[in-house]
Amino acid sequence: MVSGSSRSAIEVTGLRKSFGGTVVLDGIDLAVDEGTTFSLLGPNGAGKTTAVRILSTLIRFDSGRVRVAGHDLVAEPDAVRRLIGVTGQFSAVDDLLTGEENLVLMADLHHLGRVEGRRRTADLLDRFDLTGAARRLASTYSGGMRRRLDLAMTLVGDPRVIFLDEPTTGLDPRSRQAMWETIRGLVANGVTIFLTTQYLDEADELADRIAVLDGGKVVASGTAEELKRGLPGGHVRLRFADAARLAAAAGVLADATRDDEALTLSVPSDGGVPALRLLLDRLERADLEVAELSVHTPDLDDVFFALTGHATGATATATTEKEAVR
Amino acid sequence: MSDALTMLRRNVRHTQRNPTTLVMTIALPVFLLLVFVGVLGGALNAGFGPAEGEYIDYLVPGILLMTVGYGASQTAMAVNRDVTTGIIARFRTMAISRASVLTGHVVGSTIRTLVSAALVIAVSVLMGFRPASDPARWLGTLGLLALLTVALTWIAVAVGLMARTAEGVGPFIFVVQLLPFLSSAFVPPESMSVAVRWFATHEPFTPIIDALRGLLLGTTVEHGGIVAIAWCVGLALAGYVWARALFRRDPAA
Repeated sequence: MVSGSSRSAIEVTGLRKSFGGTVVLDGIDLAVDEGTTFSLLGPNGAGKTTAVRILSTLIRFDSGRVRVAGHDLVAEPDAVRRLIGVTGQFSAVDDLLTGEENLVLMADLHHLGRVEGRRRTADLLDRFDLTGAARRLASTYSGGMRRRLDLAMTLVGDPRVIFLDEPTTGLDPRSRQAMWETIRGLVANGVTIFLTTQYLDEADELADRIAVLDGGKVVASGTAEELKRGLPGGHVRLRFADAARLAAAAGVLADATRDDEALTLSVPSDGGVPALRLLLDRLERADLEVAELSVHTPDLDDVFFALTGHATGATATATTEKEAVR
Repeated sequence: MSDALTMLRRNVRHTQRNPTTLVMTIALPVFLLLVFVGVLGGALNAGFGPAEGEYIDYLVPGILLMTVGYGASQTAMAVNRDVTTGIIARFRTMAISRASVLTGHVVGSTIRTLVSAALVIAVSVLMGFRPASDPARWLGTLGLLALLTVALTWIAVAVGLMARTAEGVGPFIFVVQLLPFLSSAFVPPESMSVAVRWFATHEPFTPIIDALRGLLLGTTVEHGGIVAIAWCVGLALAGYVWARALFRRDPAA
């Protein structure tokens, strides 16, 4: 997953977009190297889908400069369209056609010719495990199958840059794993992936670089490691049976955050076994009785709280200049 | 051009997959034929008097217009389904002729509707309809029906693009199916009350139905059907411009 060259597949500077009076994208800058996976991470309503809709030529933007696959988005939209593929919440399959016919439709629209179109259709059906369902109407497909067909349709045109808008939202864990495998396979073949997600683990798993989007602004960007470094989010939560035990424990664990209402203490921790053993030893020695213990690793909520809760640059932003090479 | 053909193939396949659309555009007009000829025909015949000929001869042109209306309603729903399921968004991110998406619908719908109309004519002949058999008039009928279909279909495409949900198409269907009742489709406007008569004489469907009737029955067409053709061309242009403007607009979130 190393991008030897520094050629950009996507370059965005000062991108702004508002709907009516609402600012959705407030001047964002992004750079994605060819052959890498880039993830735009953020909660619902952060502007992720709007960004994808703009970058995939679906909607116009107010100001800024965007180049995708080497072409200016405004000047040469059709050149961009020839090189991209989009699978997203807003992308879709044709329910009244079979899986196979959906793929042939795409092949025809890409002017692949009859023989090549058939060949690629058969190939993609096989690759996405849809050969058995090829002659069934797409309306009879399960959620996972639809998502696979959707992505297969996107791949018919052999795109160089693929936009995936929350590709695994709503999928069961197995389908999710399969989707991740597919995405890795695409990147291995040199395709650039632009992925939006609300799951940190997904971005962590797939992306070479991550940008965190909040309120229409990129509040942080870097590798997954850079983003998680220095995050205060990892903690162990201890729940106690009553206020007296809570107070006693709070006396011993001075670094913990106390919640009197929930009768809990949050002890900062990386969640690793040595740290847990240490904590349990401390509790044991002080003879403290814990009703419940749970380990929390940093998740998107934590990243978010850390980045937006106290939004000073020092702790908020992981380095943006470093090369995204893992 | 080849993109438009691909889209047309897609629409034809939709009709094959979902034959209800074709069945409905035939079943409803045939049902109306049965009601008006079989149930009300006796009474209406008496009212018309023998000089006017059989009631079914008077009725069929209006029923054909309703067939076209049902066909357009189906198109509005199909276009709306394309919008709401997001397949149009997919097409928009592809390097294809943008017009092909809409022309595919219009051409597909026109073919489907003309097939429906032919079948409705066949059924009405079985029920006693006796049209004039002059080939030039048949050609004229075909031409006018096709023009009317294209006109209503462009408006239907625009309505389908505009509506946020399938329910949003409802008012169009209502208007297209109601207007024929307030026209010369079922009874001559002269027999209506003053306000309704005024409306019926001036709404677009009346001159179109009268022109169809003249062509089918071999009687003279008033003003040579210019008013009917003007309405069709006007509606087609308005629908086309409207649909194009809607399609150029950024799709809603």
